[in-house]
Amino acid sequence: MATDRIIETADLRRTFRTRAGTVEAVAGVDLGVAEGDIFGFLGPNGAGKTTTLRILATLLPPTSGRATVAGFDVARKPDQVRRRIGYVAQSGGSYRGATGREELVIQGRLFDLGTRDARARAQDILDALDLADAADRPCSTYSGGMRRRLDIGIGMVHRPAVLFLDEPTTGLDPQARARMWDEIRRLRDAGTSVFLTTHYLEEADALCDHLAIIDHGRIVAGGSPTELKRLVAGDVLTIGVDGNSERVVLLLRNQPYVREASLEDGLVRLYVDRGEEAVPNVLRLLDGHGLAPQTISLHRPSLDDVFLKQTGRSLRETAA
Amino acid sequence: MRTVRDTWLIFQRSMTLTLRNPVWLIMGLMQPILYLLLFGPLLKSIATMPGFPPGGAFNVFVPGILVMTALFSSAFVGFGLCDELREGVVERMRVTPMSRVAMLLGRSLRDVVLLLGQSVVLVVLAIPFGLEINGLGILVAFALLALVGLVMSPLSYTLALILGSEDALAPTINAIALPLLLLSGVMLPMSLAPGWLQTLATLNPLYHAVAATRDLFNAAFGQGEVLIGVSLMGVLAILAVTVGARAFSRAAA
Repeated sequence: MATDRIIETADLRRTFRTRAGTVEAVAGVDLGVAEGDIFGFLGPNGAGKTTTLRILATLLPPTSGRATVAGFDVARKPDQVRRRIGYVAQSGGSYRGATGREELVIQGRLFDLGTRDARARAQDILDALDLADAADRPCSTYSGGMRRRLDIGIGMVHRPAVLFLDEPTTGLDPQARARMWDEIRRLRDAGTSVFLTTHYLEEADALCDHLAIIDHGRIVAGGSPTELKRLVAGDVLTIGVDGNSERVVLLLRNQPYVREASLEDGLVRLYVDRGEEAVPNVLRLLDGHGLAPQTISLHRPSLDDVFLKQTGRSLRETAA
Repeated sequence: MRTVRDTWLIFQRSMTLTLRNPVWLIMGLMQPILYLLLFGPLLKSIATMPGFPPGGAFNVFVPGILVMTALFSSAFVGFGLCDELREGVVERMRVTPMSRVAMLLGRSLRDVVLLLGQSVVLVVLAIPFGLEINGLGILVAFALLALVGLVMSPLSYTLALILGSEDALAPTINAIALPLLLLSGVMLPMSLAPGWLQTLATLNPLYHAVAATRDLFNAAFGQGEVLIGVSLMGVLAILAVTVGARAFSRAAA
């Protein structure tokens, strides 16, 4: 086990027994998170992100496999893990009837801070997160963004080595989201490793140092956003044809400048070397065969393309 | 010790939150007061019937009302926990080193304190109606009521943790609390009941709690019921707290 990995799992599995039968929500996850990273777990809803996160946060025991967080095994030494991690669920953890200050203070006290230390730490966090004015009002009066900031503050009271965030910006407006991204980056810069789950491509791309793409309980790709996008070599040409899609695919697949051609969601998807040169070639070719495309678009690869390539489905559509 | 400290922290938090929103508290007080004012007077005439236990009408009635209030106020505390569960509070606290017993006990002790407060108010209001009290009896009776709370409150929280939502919780608690109530002799003494019903009642721990409380109010310490009632509820309380603490540590949504 590499010594600079703050999180490591080996064939992690978790099975649930439901009325419909057994569901393997986590089906053999092997991952490693480097210390000081913002690590993202990207995947559609139901992919197993939250389940994996909850296993790492010691809320669920794994069915099999091992996971080590901050140097301790989650199944064997959960208490040691809990002292070193912060956890912010998607629904938060603050109670609407309590005030922000009360929540921060009790969290500190539960982590063995004395009353005075807990109050001082609470004030520091309130100031840093710009919640000082609202500190003594019930959480129910906070905006979505404020509440989310408070929840992160609660997770950070004891200065954990790792912060787990489950869908940290879901439901936030664009400004609150941008602000949250800055806050997460600030935490990373101050030395906290961050493990977050998300189904937003832009978030994974913009925020994470490294990420793993998960689908149906398995990791389908991993690496930095740049590395992942490089997996999808070249540009992506998307062509909409009415009717003759299969014929078009067969025709284009054999062209020298086409690396890969496939049919996805009724659209022809070409992975080409230089998109701007490929477009006129494609149009000329199709025209020569009496085929006219309805739509044609060209873009640089995105994480959605990575997901699509690995799983055959579009993350954007499954997330809708 | 960790458990004591954490229990105190959760107790403080729970009390603060409850007192901040006293609606439940006021509702909780209204119920026994209404029983006292609107039902109590009816008992005056029944008190002369054969089979009615000794002591004035109110000395038979009020202990029953006290146990009933203890039963119902503590049986429904699970609803508050459903609320906290939904907001992620329980989960958040599970990812701390805090004592799992404290998660339960802090809340249940809050429930017991509130229950005893209600009981004091009730007893004080009943005195002008003719309730007679004795020092020792009242203290032991209140301890018994606390035990009733320590049985029902953890069980209510356990059900809340298992069932998760209020919709499932309400009918379940009612299904348990109602037979317990009807077979306890709270409203009318079981000595008025036919033989088979009386036998059935003796299987109900709350029947013994009610009988014990009545004896305590009538300073009849010698009767076996006081010992039976207190020890029975004591054992059940220990079991309930154990089950509840485990439910908190296992809670997985």
